[in-house]
Amino acid sequence: MTGSLRDLTPILVVVAFFQLVVLQQPVPNFVDLIVGTVLVLLGLTFFLYGLETSLFPLGEGMAYAFAKKGSVFWLLLFGFALGFGTTIAEPALIAVADEAATVMANGEIIPDTEDSRESYAAGLRITVALSVGMAIMLGVFRIIKGWPIHIVIMIGYAVVVVMTSLAPAEIIGIAYDSGGVTTSTITVPLVTALGVGLASSIRGRSPLVDGFGLIAFASLFPMIFVMAYGMLY
Amino acid sequence: MLIELIKTISGTVIDVLPIALIIVVFQVAVIRQKMQNIAQLVIGFLYVLVGLSLFLLGLEKALFPIGRLMATQLTDPAFIMGDMLGAIPGWGDYYWVYLFAFCIGASTTIAEPALIAVAIKANQVSGGAIGVWGLRMAVALGVAIGIALGTWRIVAGIPIQYFIIPGYVFVVIQTNFAPRMIIPLAYDSGGVTTSTVTVPIVAALGLGLAETVPGRDPLLDGFGLIAFASLFPMITVMGYAQGSAWLAARAGGKAEAGHPDDS
Repeated sequence: MTGSLRDLTPILVVVAFFQLVVLQQPVPNFVDLIVGTVLVLLGLTFFLYGLETSLFPLGEGMAYAFAKKGSVFWLLLFGFALGFGTTIAEPALIAVADEAATVMANGEIIPDTEDSRESYAAGLRITVALSVGMAIMLGVFRIIKGWPIHIVIMIGYAVVVVMTSLAPAEIIGIAYDSGGVTTSTITVPLVTALGVGLASSIRGRSPLVDGFGLIAFASLFPMIFVMAYGMLY
Repeated sequence: MLIELIKTISGTVIDVLPIALIIVVFQVAVIRQKMQNIAQLVIGFLYVLVGLSLFLLGLEKALFPIGRLMATQLTDPAFIMGDMLGAIPGWGDYYWVYLFAFCIGASTTIAEPALIAVAIKANQVSGGAIGVWGLRMAVALGVAIGIALGTWRIVAGIPIQYFIIPGYVFVVIQTNFAPRMIIPLAYDSGGVTTSTVTVPIVAALGLGLAETVPGRDPLLDGFGLIAFASLFPMITVMGYAQGSAWLAARAGGKAEAGHPDDS
């Protein structure tokens, strides 16, 4: 609880400073602010408790079970399903996809009707979810093979750079942002524990060097896929 | 308020449902092994659900409204120009916006639950060599720099790829000099930083700027702050490891380069 308070203090200080000193305005809804802060404190404390007793052991337990079973196919499929399933329902992604459809309609790249906007947004969501699924799958495969991560990421960057010069200008900002919005608060601990568990259960892999990096893939792939979507659509 | 709480919890449950479903299906159909401590896992999962719901509800009640309000107020031309209203503001007139972007980027990152989770895991896995606070501060600094620079980009109207691509080149070069063990973690920290707390406030800031700065299109220029917030932590986390390695080497301590000592 005191730890959570310490985590929140910077935001409160920044908000208070800008509101009172820079903007010189009173704090609106003071009671709501206090109640909300208490809720955030409680929430963060509960979340961190559940993290250690549930999400971490769950991710690692599944990784050990798959490693023991020794089936690469099922492990890769699990990685794909986890990436796809967590992304398709992600609220931040839904918001970004809708906004992207509006941009495209305004730019007269797609017809400005509700139908075409909706199908564009749905297509974009599926594209991003597929890309995250494939990213986790490739990331898991990398851990099994022990490839150095920076080589794979550098190739990915090269692809992003090439795609940027080819993709329509309207999609680029959205594509770059879509990498960051796909990784939610529940996915991150689960996927991290999966990677670390996998790396520690395979002989010759270091959990630190090989176990991390799944999130990095999940942030990189959507950029490439969204730009491709913008080019093809 | 109870109704809001129930709404938020059911929203979180719907978000989590696909994950839970995938785990159960694979557990039952593929692994076919009894899970250990199943009661403890379920209770822990409930804690995560309730905790995340309370967290989101609290943010929605307390911080998001004021964060959004401040983003609009700070980008308001009347505030930017003061008594010289009517003149066209230059990019230098937005200094409070840059400072706000820097501070809010850093402080929201410190409170980001996903980052706390990754920092705890990294600390466990590295046997304490990577400090929870050191990592979180390094990421927070990266997000702060990224968002400050991103707001300046929106004001100045420079295409985003002129920043992101040189940023990638820098990351690639820096990777060759950074301690090997930090590299995957540094790459990960880019994606981790931007989830529940940071995105809504930062998005409001970007949109507010793009709406009020003359000549900017909110739809074209409002995007891109998240990309900045994902790029710079990679650089600062590698820098943090390089800095600690360098300090350890200079102190002549037992810590080898590549095993930066956080203490």
